[in-house]
Amino acid sequence: MKEDYLVLQDLVKIFGGGDQAVTAVDHVSIQVREGELVTLLGPSGCGKTTTLRMIAGFELPTSGEILIDGEPIKSVPPNQRPTTMVFQNYALFPHMTVKQNIAYGLKIHRQAKESIEKRTGEVMRLVGLTGLGDRPPAQLSGGQQQRVSLARSLIMEPKVLLLDEPLSNLDAKLRVATRLEIRKLQQRVGITSVYVTHDQEEAMTLSDRVVIMHRGRIQQVGTPAAIYAHPVNRFVADFIGKANFLEGKVASLQAEDMLELEIMGRRVPAPRAGASFSVGQRVLLVVRPESVELGAKAADALCGTVRESVYLGSQMMYEVEADHTVVSVEIANPQEHTLFKRGEEVSLHFQTRSLHVLPFEEAE
Amino acid sequence: MSTAARRRREIWGQLRLIGKEPMLLVAIIGIFYFLLIFVAFPIFQVIKTSVVMEGRLNLSNYLAVFSAQYYFQPFLNSMFLGVCTACIGTFIGFVFAYGITRTPLPAKRFFRMTATFPIISPPFVVALAAILLFGRSGALTPLVEKVIGEYSIYGLGGLILVETIAYSPTAFLVLFGVLQAIDPALEEAAMDLGASRGKVFATVTLPLAVPGLASAWLLVFIQSLADFGNPVVISGNYRVLSVQAFLQITGMYDLSRGSTLAILLLIPTVTAFFLQKYWVSRKSYVTVTGKPTGASIKNLEWYIKLPVYALCVLFTAAVFLFYGMVLYGSFQRLWGVDATLTLQNYLQTFRVGKDYIVDSLTLSTIATPLTGILGMFIAFLIIRKKFLGRGLMEFVSMLTFAVPGTVVGIGYILAFNQRSSLFPFVLTGTAAIIVLLLIFRNMPVGIRSGIAALQQIDPSIEEASTDLGAGSATTFRKITLPMIAPAFFSGLVYSFVKAMTAISAIIFVVSGKWNLITVAVLGFVDNSQYAQAAAMSLILIFIVLAALGIIQYLVGRIGRGVRAVTVVS
Repeated sequence: MKEDYLVLQDLVKIFGGGDQAVTAVDHVSIQVREGELVTLLGPSGCGKTTTLRMIAGFELPTSGEILIDGEPIKSVPPNQRPTTMVFQNYALFPHMTVKQNIAYGLKIHRQAKESIEKRTGEVMRLVGLTGLGDRPPAQLSGGQQQRVSLARSLIMEPKVLLLDEPLSNLDAKLRVATRLEIRKLQQRVGITSVYVTHDQEEAMTLSDRVVIMHRGRIQQVGTPAAIYAHPVNRFVADFIGKANFLEGKVASLQAEDMLELEIMGRRVPAPRAGASFSVGQRVLLVVRPESVELGAKAADALCGTVRESVYLGSQMMYEVEADHTVVSVEIANPQEHTLFKRGEEVSLHFQTRSLHVLPFEEAE
Repeated sequence: MSTAARRRREIWGQLRLIGKEPMLLVAIIGIFYFLLIFVAFPIFQVIKTSVVMEGRLNLSNYLAVFSAQYYFQPFLNSMFLGVCTACIGTFIGFVFAYGITRTPLPAKRFFRMTATFPIISPPFVVALAAILLFGRSGALTPLVEKVIGEYSIYGLGGLILVETIAYSPTAFLVLFGVLQAIDPALEEAAMDLGASRGKVFATVTLPLAVPGLASAWLLVFIQSLADFGNPVVISGNYRVLSVQAFLQITGMYDLSRGSTLAILLLIPTVTAFFLQKYWVSRKSYVTVTGKPTGASIKNLEWYIKLPVYALCVLFTAAVFLFYGMVLYGSFQRLWGVDATLTLQNYLQTFRVGKDYIVDSLTLSTIATPLTGILGMFIAFLIIRKKFLGRGLMEFVSMLTFAVPGTVVGIGYILAFNQRSSLFPFVLTGTAAIIVLLLIFRNMPVGIRSGIAALQQIDPSIEEASTDLGAGSATTFRKITLPMIAPAFFSGLVYSFVKAMTAISAIIFVVSGKWNLITVAVLGFVDNSQYAQAAAMSLILIFIVLAALGIIQYLVGRIGRGVRAVTVVS
């Protein structure tokens, strides 16, 4: 396994010129291991698709370099790069059958007829399109079109597979099923992949590592679990999962990597997670909704009023107002818990190990 | 990094990538060379001839524009004719388009086809019909004289009449597209909010159509100004620029004065063209998506329907009357003297004009596919490729569209009757000069329809092909071309029709060896052999219709599979 199979070195892409210049990608550096699936995740306009298109060769970087397997490819035209792309709208050739679409790349590379035939059959079996080879793409469902697009890219055995929001045109249920399929397929084939999406759930399920981008810059790189547990800033914490941000300051530094914070007039212990803080520093406490527990009103605990309660079967969602701040709370498996109604007074308890402390930042 | 340095680097990057595709580079350079030689160079020659006399710069031609009557009278006449035709033509086009898109007019298909028929006919046929109907021994002349007294069809009145019939269809096509693209929900919303039918029209429909109206007006204005076929037949003593330039050059051999008249013609048409392209079209509210809307209003008041229907019927009747007259006239033994019906004109036309027909067919058949392929290829480069001078390529290739045929024709004889360092061949008198003229004059429409077709195709489909390893040429051949085939064939139809019916530019470059039907018709008209002219015109129209049918049949067979699936993208 090569550690730096795909390397983006300090990539910059600026569109337009003069006053209208827009920096779409701002000094982005990423290293992708062989066989790894890395997701570029971010809101629209964050530069993720531009980055992907630079790897494919459809956009030229303003500066920086791209290496695949040690070779710089910046000045290689897209048709000669060892990458293939699954397009957002599939980009199937409407005047060709499914089979012709899939075989297109091999035909371009002048492979022998028999081997094209054989490989096409294999790939179609792999993605589950057997028997649909002679249909025009227009006669396929969205999910099937998506698989044709995937098959057309996979058959080329690219060094790097690029996927540009491949699931965004599918309906919700199919999306969930397909993303698992893609993950299994990717692991079975062991192909190095870069996946672009704005859907954090998709990124969490699919990726070995996630690259979070915002305004052209990388915010954080890491496994889904690491990013969820230890977001580096407010944007990441907010974008990945749901989060309550409680303002406070550091009351004291405790042993064993712990802090004591002053939040809403209460002392709250929280993990330091390797970061350094000083006493009196303003901080944000990141509280995930599922790491809050509710109890009956108590004099020695942080208390609030239930403003909203929604029953969802598998979980209960509350909005509790405490000290002029609204805290979202999610209680899993409500049958096992005391339920509270709107207007009731409750106490809030944070699960200490799930808390995360950030230096103070204004909300955007 | 400064903006300038960045731009330099990006340009370098683009050049390096193009350098990796040498075929593309060669194609781009080749196209630029052709555009330079066959579009820019002839126009430059006309300008040069108008300002250089005996080898020295001499602006006396232009200094005389306001003092010499032979300059400013035709200029004023042309402008006045253009404005009148544009106003009347736009009005008729708008009412017709409104009738077809917004009212429950019966037999819409019939009205639409009739209204657009003059577009595929040679330009001067309407003028010929006007002479047959209202000329000195016209069929309706006695009747009209009883009503309005003695008159002459030759002159401004006749010109406005024939140009209105010839060019209203252009306005109709533009406005039909615009009105069809206006979402009827907007009008329904206005009505829902309490506006009366008239108020809806005044506050919603009309304002939304204003850019379209301006566009239509300017296009008809350009066509009227550039028209040669009708004025040369019917203008009489009303001197217009296109005819005067022609007479100066072929009659007086005064290249300098002819060129100056051509430039006087060029300035307003090019101005109008750029107004239309860059100013009016930018103000457009509707983007033509090609998505037709079922917009007709069911319970329209009679006082709206009646005048709209009346005008539609009237105009359609006029088209029938004019073309019917040509048909009738073509069977008369001797126009105005002996009205016995006979086939003799056709027999004689075939005997005398066989060479013209063969030449016209041969040259058009050579020029048409070349025009189509070149047009599509340029459209492809402009829309899909990044290269230095892309904007310039679009500008130059669209230029011939704005330049009147008279100017182009004069430019071609000036540019190609001698060797130059740019182009070391003499073309005057050859078939090549005619074919080249046809190609470069008719190409802009091919480019336009190609651009429109390409813009509807998601570029990621082509990127997918590149991504899988195909080079530019392969992608164009295997992916782009099949998808734009319908637009390609309709471009072919257009360029064939235009090639067959061309006159204003072509009349300068025909020769004894290579001659065309249109020129033959003008010859007959010149000799007052109206019946023969009518017969020849009808043969021409018949050929064009037959070709249309054949190409449409082929498109139907090839295009069916393609069009059925373009919905995917």
